[in-house]
Amino acid sequence: MSLPRNTPAMMDQMQEVKIPFSEGVGESLKAGDLISLTGVLFTGRDQTHRRMMALLDDGAELPVDLTGQLLYYVGPSPAPPGRVIGAAGPTTSYRMDVYTPRLLELGLKATMGKGARSMHVREAMVRHKAVYLAAFGGAGALLSKCIVAAEVVAFADAGPEALFKFSVEKFPAVVINDVHGRDYYEMVRTGKDFPG
Amino acid sequence: MREIEAALVTEAVKKITMEAGVRLEPDILAGLGKARDRESSTLAKNILDLLLVNADIAAREKIPVCQDTGVAVVFIELGQDVHVRGDLGEAVHLGIQAGYGEGYLRKSVCDPITRVNTGTNTPAVIHIELVPGEQIKISMLPKGCGSENMSGLTMLPPSAGISGMKDFVIRQVVNAGPNPCPPLLVGVGMGGTFEKAALLAKKVLLRPLGAANPRQDVAALEEEILAGINEQGQGVQGLGGNNTALAVHIELFPSHIASLPVAVNIQCHAHRHKEIVL
Repeated sequence: MSLPRNTPAMMDQMQEVKIPFSEGVGESLKAGDLISLTGVLFTGRDQTHRRMMALLDDGAELPVDLTGQLLYYVGPSPAPPGRVIGAAGPTTSYRMDVYTPRLLELGLKATMGKGARSMHVREAMVRHKAVYLAAFGGAGALLSKCIVAAEVVAFADAGPEALFKFSVEKFPAVVINDVHGRDYYEMVRTGKDFPG
Repeated sequence: MREIEAALVTEAVKKITMEAGVRLEPDILAGLGKARDRESSTLAKNILDLLLVNADIAAREKIPVCQDTGVAVVFIELGQDVHVRGDLGEAVHLGIQAGYGEGYLRKSVCDPITRVNTGTNTPAVIHIELVPGEQIKISMLPKGCGSENMSGLTMLPPSAGISGMKDFVIRQVVNAGPNPCPPLLVGVGMGGTFEKAALLAKKVLLRPLGAANPRQDVAALEEEILAGINEQGQGVQGLGGNNTALAVHIELFPSHIASLPVAVNIQCHAHRHKEIVL
């Protein structure tokens, strides 16, 4: 399933990126780039993170190896019969800020949500050569079209806060934070190319 | 005295819950279209187009406009001359539960301490107001919390006046940045008491998008604050442009001589609402 024909031209002009990133791809992305993602990602939001932290605190392993992966902050609506998933746009990312550096330390290479990240997370992203992407908030119906397969991997009892694995095709996003420390929201706000 | 079965209320609530989840009302679609036409940034124009396509897909295929189908905020104007046979509150909750279930809407309500999901999206937040007549008007406002979290309230000294109020509202929106999914609808409650201001700010979101306050000085203030917000340039999704907000709606209520409460309730562009009269 792909996007309907009446989507804006922008959607066809995005740079195609495979996920998880191959060697050097994350480093090549620049704040402000419009990209479309194809491949596999994992999802998590508030409770997903809380539970992952609890596992790590207990010295246990995470239910998935996040090394090199992209974690998408989303709590999808339930899939109606015959559909892969319900609406599945991004949730606001700052709520995950407190957990993110620890996951970056474990090798997570990209996060995706909406809204700005804390300075603490931005510094951790530079340190671990990770990027942060924004998906289009409030476009959950349209974005669900870019998700071609979905399965719950862990924490099924948490409902929308379960950890899902999504296969995506041409999922649109904007690079907000690149590995050089640049922040696109900040560049928009200040009107200048901010050197990290 | 007119009599209504509680089951009728349940049916009505279920119906508007399911519709609100997947269908943006004409006022919102028009507001997004107008924003698109006056948008200065190409990227933002493209994103506004994309949001209109999203609304179209949602309505046609009955997929929620946004996966955050909200906490159900229900305003009820209850005619004094109508009697509901049964438990009105329970009837509303049953309607919410059925609507979120059958509509494949996301259940987002949880215990505030344990964070365990109630699994039904209940309880709803219900506001009942007694009005003359024998009708019941039910307004469903599924409120997403990416935007709700960016809301705020302040108790200003009366000396702060209109300029203090304006500064607070604009600062609240600017500080929210891209978090609440701009372009926004900004609800402002001014006056009353602590809780009254917050309730006004929420209820004024139900005014048709962009319809001005009937008081001319307040309507002018709405325009002025809207311009003040939009000239900051944060724009659609915080990616730049001149459409950070679609409208500012202000509602007033007289306050104590010592007090000037101001509440700002932020609503995202996926502003879902649905009304029904029984």
